[in-house]
Amino acid sequence: MFLNQFLLLSAALFAIGVYGVLARRNGVLVLMSIELILNAVNINLVAFAAFGNSLAGEVFTLFVIAIAAAEVGVGLAMVLLLYRNARNIDLSRIDLMRG
Amino acid sequence: MTDLLVLAAGGAVDLPLGITEGGNWFLRNAWLIPLLPALSFVVILFFGKRMPRGGSELGIAVLGIAFVLALLTGAAWIGHRDNYHGDEIHRAVVVVDDGGHSGADAADHGSGGGHAEQSLAVVNTVTWFQAGGVEFSVGTLVDGPAVMMLIVVTLVSLLVHVYSTEYIQDDRRYTHFFAFLSLFSASMLMLVISENTLQLLTSWELVGVCSFVLIGHWWEEKPNSDAALKAFLTNRVGDMGLIVGVSILFFSVGSALPDRFGSFSIAETNALASAGMLPQTALLVAACCLMAAVMSKSGQFFLHTWLPDAMAGPTPVSALIHAATMVVAGVYMIARLYGVFFEGLSIGGSSINLMAVIGGITTLVGACLAFVQRDIKKVLAYSTISQLGYMVMALGVGAWTAAMFHLFTHAFFKACLFLGSGSAAHAVHGFDMKSDMGGLRKVMPHTYRTFVIASIALAGLPPFAGFWSKDEILVGTGGWGLFGGTGGNGAYTLMLVMGMVTAALTAAYMTRCVYLTFFGEFRGHGEPHESGRRITVPLWILAGLAVGAGLLNMPSGFQLAPGSMQERFGHVVEPVAGYFPVISHAGPSWSLAIASTLVVLTGFAVAGWYYFVRVEAASAAAGRSLTELPDGPTSRYALARMGHTFLVNKYYLDHLYTGIVAGGTKGPVAAAAYRFDQRVIDRGVDLVGETAVSAGRAVYDKVDQMVVDGVVNASGRVALDTGGKLRKIQSGRIQDYAAILFAAATVLAGILIVIV
Repeated sequence: MFLNQFLLLSAALFAIGVYGVLARRNGVLVLMSIELILNAVNINLVAFAAFGNSLAGEVFTLFVIAIAAAEVGVGLAMVLLLYRNARNIDLSRIDLMRG
Repeated sequence: MTDLLVLAAGGAVDLPLGITEGGNWFLRNAWLIPLLPALSFVVILFFGKRMPRGGSELGIAVLGIAFVLALLTGAAWIGHRDNYHGDEIHRAVVVVDDGGHSGADAADHGSGGGHAEQSLAVVNTVTWFQAGGVEFSVGTLVDGPAVMMLIVVTLVSLLVHVYSTEYIQDDRRYTHFFAFLSLFSASMLMLVISENTLQLLTSWELVGVCSFVLIGHWWEEKPNSDAALKAFLTNRVGDMGLIVGVSILFFSVGSALPDRFGSFSIAETNALASAGMLPQTALLVAACCLMAAVMSKSGQFFLHTWLPDAMAGPTPVSALIHAATMVVAGVYMIARLYGVFFEGLSIGGSSINLMAVIGGITTLVGACLAFVQRDIKKVLAYSTISQLGYMVMALGVGAWTAAMFHLFTHAFFKACLFLGSGSAAHAVHGFDMKSDMGGLRKVMPHTYRTFVIASIALAGLPPFAGFWSKDEILVGTGGWGLFGGTGGNGAYTLMLVMGMVTAALTAAYMTRCVYLTFFGEFRGHGEPHESGRRITVPLWILAGLAVGAGLLNMPSGFQLAPGSMQERFGHVVEPVAGYFPVISHAGPSWSLAIASTLVVLTGFAVAGWYYFVRVEAASAAAGRSLTELPDGPTSRYALARMGHTFLVNKYYLDHLYTGIVAGGTKGPVAAAAYRFDQRVIDRGVDLVGETAVSAGRAVYDKVDQMVVDGVVNASGRVALDTGGKLRKIQSGRIQDYAAILFAAATVLAGILIVIV
């Protein structure tokens, strides 16, 4: 096993996540893509921690997971409210803040 | 104090902090007082709706208990102050060796306190958490000012609770309202007994949140939620100052303590500052930062603009939060960290400093604005700003006790005025004095009488409460040896003048307010009638205090009062301990007292002549109730009209803030420039234009039309064009922003790779 393999996996996951965030219009799918990005970071952290003989990365990962859970909770609540008010969750149509 | 000198030679001194861990049970367990309303907040929030009276009964009961506890604590403090001889806490302190000067300096300062007359504050702390070898504690620091505030806050809060049960009867968020009244009381009570600045900061933010929630109590209407936001955001500006100031103090205190990295303790900070052991520069910077916090929280010029808007909240909230308690938090914070301010701003022996100037300007600015308000609550709001300026000014000139005493008396008469205005507004269903009120004295005798009593107390006629505290502040400025005062900490003649002018203005605008509300004929709709008992009883209690509270601190050497009655308040409240700077006290002056009374009477006479004679006569001639003369000075003189416009627009500060500051950060840069153009430059041009019209049409045509307007239009066009181009970036779609974000991150990552 090489560190490279983990990093490539995480880079791929990250790229997929970024694509999802930028291209998907469905609010829930955007949230899921954000989760992908976070997990890519987690893989990076764990991989470096495992190869670098340090626990710090794993500890950080736990924090990231906890925060990701909170983030998705808030995010889904926002999507729900969005649905209630606008009757759709197409992000490209939500542009109330247009200058 | 020779022992200090001996120790100083060794590089460290043992600094007495003026605090003790012993003392009466009530003094050690003062944390119970904020805890009770905090618990009632939780209970009311979750179970209030199921209670027979929607949770209000619990709030009232808890505040009643807290008030009794506060009184017992006060009684315990009076005994403790004179009779406690327990151990004082000392702290080993590093003395920076610059030729042995600071050690001697410290001894000089320390000897002023004197052990014989000492009042030891009672501390009780527990460790909150430890991080990086620094111990963070929470606890209580109970001394004179804390006990005074405990009593004021619990009393006013209790009366406001009772008043609210009638005022917001049948409101849809009745339970919610009482829950947050409880939370507010808890936070404010915690603020006053905070042992360290971190705890003070926490409660400071908590009272801010409660203020936000309660201003926006009726948030369905846009102006109310806007006002709440404005209050919150304006306070954020000052809170940055508080955070920075507290951090500076934390580290500078840490550098003086050998075994600690830093310290938030108020007693330690003050003791070190008062002993001259902290660098003057650090204290000056910290004091200036903390002043920013005071300016926002206590509505000092130029961050005062949120306070009048905060009147959008229910009237009991205005009385409790925006008159008697929360807005004095800034004043109290200065009083609490007085060692820092006293040394940092060199208050002693000076004749001008930042705090005194800000207070002096605020007091004048607020009083002037109170003249042009139609909304009765806004008159009172500007009056509050003016009086808070008085307190800050008093602290700025070194009249600490006078400031605290004014805080004490002001809480009662201003709460009374606010509750009275609420009672009147409740009856007529509106706050506008000119279109909704008038002639209420016949139908609302209780409200009328209490309002007049509190107005006189505010204006400061003897023997009402405001007279004693205001006069003490004027004496404390130490200006004009002419008046026979013995002087305070410096010769602040300018502040004396500002105080005198404000006294006259106060009497005048309160006369206007009383006339418009209670005299003439009723101009509103419907049949107003007197409010019920739950409103009038708190009014009378507060009115009673507005009359009598001043007698607590009759000046020493006042021949008409027995010796035991003189300076009682000052004796009990002002600390004489290591953590408090040694300030000198001004002697009272009969001639100054008479002069200030004459000034107040002049204010009454001028405004009274205008309203009760001229306007009354004009009303009789016109056959209806007028609120101003049809041919008053504003319609006759261009200068008066301009001044009036200037005041009506509140010195254009709101335009400055929303137009430039908020607009510049919220929208694209060009939009901000466009607004700047519209609201400031254009308005400035308009003002110039108006003056030009009255000066002559020729100047108007040549200068304004051709040169200035040309420039303005050109700059407007340019701003509009750039704005049009830049606004395309602001698409409002979240994914566009995300794309920009990722692109930027990619570019930055690329740069990083290239460089590294």
